[in-house]
Amino acid sequence: MSDSTTTPTSTDTRQPAKGAVSRFLQATELDTRLIGMIGALALIWIGFHLYGQLVNGFGAFLTPRNLWNLSVQTASVGIMACGMVLVIITRHIDLSVGSLLGFCAVVMGVTQVWILPGLLGIGHPLIWIIAVIVGLITGTLVGALHGWLVAYRNIPAFIVTLGGLLVWRGAAFLIARGETISPVDETFKLLGGGPFGAIGATGSWIVGLLACAAAIAMVFFGRRQRLRFGFALRPVWADVFIAGLSCSAIIGAVLLVNSYPWPKGIVKRYAAENNITIPEGGLFISHGFAIPVLILIAVAIIMTIVMSRTRFGRYVYAIGGNPEAAALAGINTKLMTVKIFALMGFLAGLSAAVASARLGSATNALGTLDELYVIAAAVIGGTSLAGGVGTIYGAVLGALVMQSLQTGMVLIGFDAAIQQIVVGSVLVLAVYLDNLYRRAAK
Amino acid sequence: MTNSQTPLVDMRNIRISFGGVHAVDDVSVDLYPGEVVGLLGHNGAGKSTLIKILSGAYQMDSGEIYVDGKQAVIRNPRDARAHNIETIYQTLALADNLDAASNLFLGRELTTSLGMVDDDAMEAETRKIMARLNPNFKKFKDPVSALSGGQRQSVAIARAVYFNARILIMDEPTAALGPHETQMVSELIQQLKAEGIGIFLISHDIHDVMELCDRASVMKNGKLVGTVDVKDVTDDDLLSMIVLGKRPGEDTPAV
Repeated sequence: MSDSTTTPTSTDTRQPAKGAVSRFLQATELDTRLIGMIGALALIWIGFHLYGQLVNGFGAFLTPRNLWNLSVQTASVGIMACGMVLVIITRHIDLSVGSLLGFCAVVMGVTQVWILPGLLGIGHPLIWIIAVIVGLITGTLVGALHGWLVAYRNIPAFIVTLGGLLVWRGAAFLIARGETISPVDETFKLLGGGPFGAIGATGSWIVGLLACAAAIAMVFFGRRQRLRFGFALRPVWADVFIAGLSCSAIIGAVLLVNSYPWPKGIVKRYAAENNITIPEGGLFISHGFAIPVLILIAVAIIMTIVMSRTRFGRYVYAIGGNPEAAALAGINTKLMTVKIFALMGFLAGLSAAVASARLGSATNALGTLDELYVIAAAVIGGTSLAGGVGTIYGAVLGALVMQSLQTGMVLIGFDAAIQQIVVGSVLVLAVYLDNLYRRAAK
Repeated sequence: MTNSQTPLVDMRNIRISFGGVHAVDDVSVDLYPGEVVGLLGHNGAGKSTLIKILSGAYQMDSGEIYVDGKQAVIRNPRDARAHNIETIYQTLALADNLDAASNLFLGRELTTSLGMVDDDAMEAETRKIMARLNPNFKKFKDPVSALSGGQRQSVAIARAVYFNARILIMDEPTAALGPHETQMVSELIQQLKAEGIGIFLISHDIHDVMELCDRASVMKNGKLVGTVDVKDVTDDDLLSMIVLGKRPGEDTPAV
């Protein structure tokens, strides 16, 4: 690939060379917020790595192993953050997602551990599919109920979902009878990641190359569309730069996940099961992209399309900007609210599948405090609590920032109390910086 | 007026009340093609409420609405739009976080063959209609919160005009505008009138009404004081209708 793999982290160069940088930004139409967030993320990553190197003698952060784990750990909160963005844009809040995750996980656990094996036999290939579908339907129905109470019964979302936070956690305990439900179905477990829940080196290359092709196609069709209406085109070099940057990032990610090998013990067991002789110096089997991460990426891409290219997404923003105007424009704002909360519930159900698969069991405590991380991720990602503003990519990056902070502090040995203080402070600081940015942008 | 024609809109015996207060009480108004009817009255007289019933924002308690002589059921803004009734609200009803094209097509987005919102096509259409209404308008990419009062007004007007309105409701269209922009709105009203569009113009500026309207209906305390041909009355006549609720030539108030 080209040499232009470095992202333009322009925070320090912007002031002195304003002319060149702002002309560059204008030509490429890159989102300065996005650049800022990626810059902040890079700062956090490098900071933790250097701290580890200087203080503890080894930098554990920027290693394939840690970054791979980081991506898996981000999946659950990231998936839900994609839904929370819509809820917050329309000036609502959903405090129940953590409890709803626990409830859905328990419902899925009961379905696949207590009910289905009796009906279909243990290890039946349909078990995991039915369990996941039941979980998704549960989440969607609960979300729709919340939305209905908010829209048609005029109860503030804060109250409805605060109630939901208690109700669904309690319901999860009752259904699980307080037990830990395990072991979950073997195929179901793959949704949570781990050596087997990843698609390997070849699979990752296929995904990566398809993604590159999609990125190049998007740039190309964007150009053709502008030509059709005679709008101003980006300079060719800017289009090439964007396509090159996207492809470099994608291929970089593939190289990264492929350079994290399976642990030796698992390789040995796998080799024994498949009659492979381990060569001299060990057998290198790559993890590749983890399945939960691919789920998160798929959710983020679909939700981005929904928000920017469908009427539904347009109406979400319109309701957030001016609910009265949206209603006067003929938008059924009440039904929209039900749909938005139902979507949030669906994503909580999906998150529940990922989280309980990763744990290998379902407990009623799963997802405790997740609502706060999900809301924080959306807000750090630039979603405005005043409504009308927010992006999916921002929320996913926000989730990654939150998870990076936590993982980083664990790696360098901060204890739990300090972690909480730092995460809480960063949340407040991020919103303050965002305010400053918005004021400066006006 | 040529009263032998079928009225474009005929609202009969409209009533609506909010918590026991009769905001609109047994009011009947009508509108013919190519005619501008002014709705006059104090704040709280019920003129905006009456018009919001026609635009689908409120549902009347009783009464009948006829469009082209046929009874129309208007339960929400979509129904009103289906009858080619377009409204320019006093508040403009714009989503501040969206750009001009998104606001213009809000609820009626142009889509591609795949059902996706076609932003480029909408921007192209917006550029066309803006070139006609407000040639100085250039901020197509910015959210409307970044626009001046007059530019915002022209977005709201463009939205009402673009979709082949036959019945146009303008609620205080010039309240927030400077003299130059007010003149533009006046010219637009004349132009639309010539195209055969019927316009309800809500205003409390009597000069506007005398200049632009063919007839004027005056409301007071939710009731209709009366409807007069503007050419038959003076400013003072209208003023006493508004203030005293007294029809021209009457000694005692009608209401």
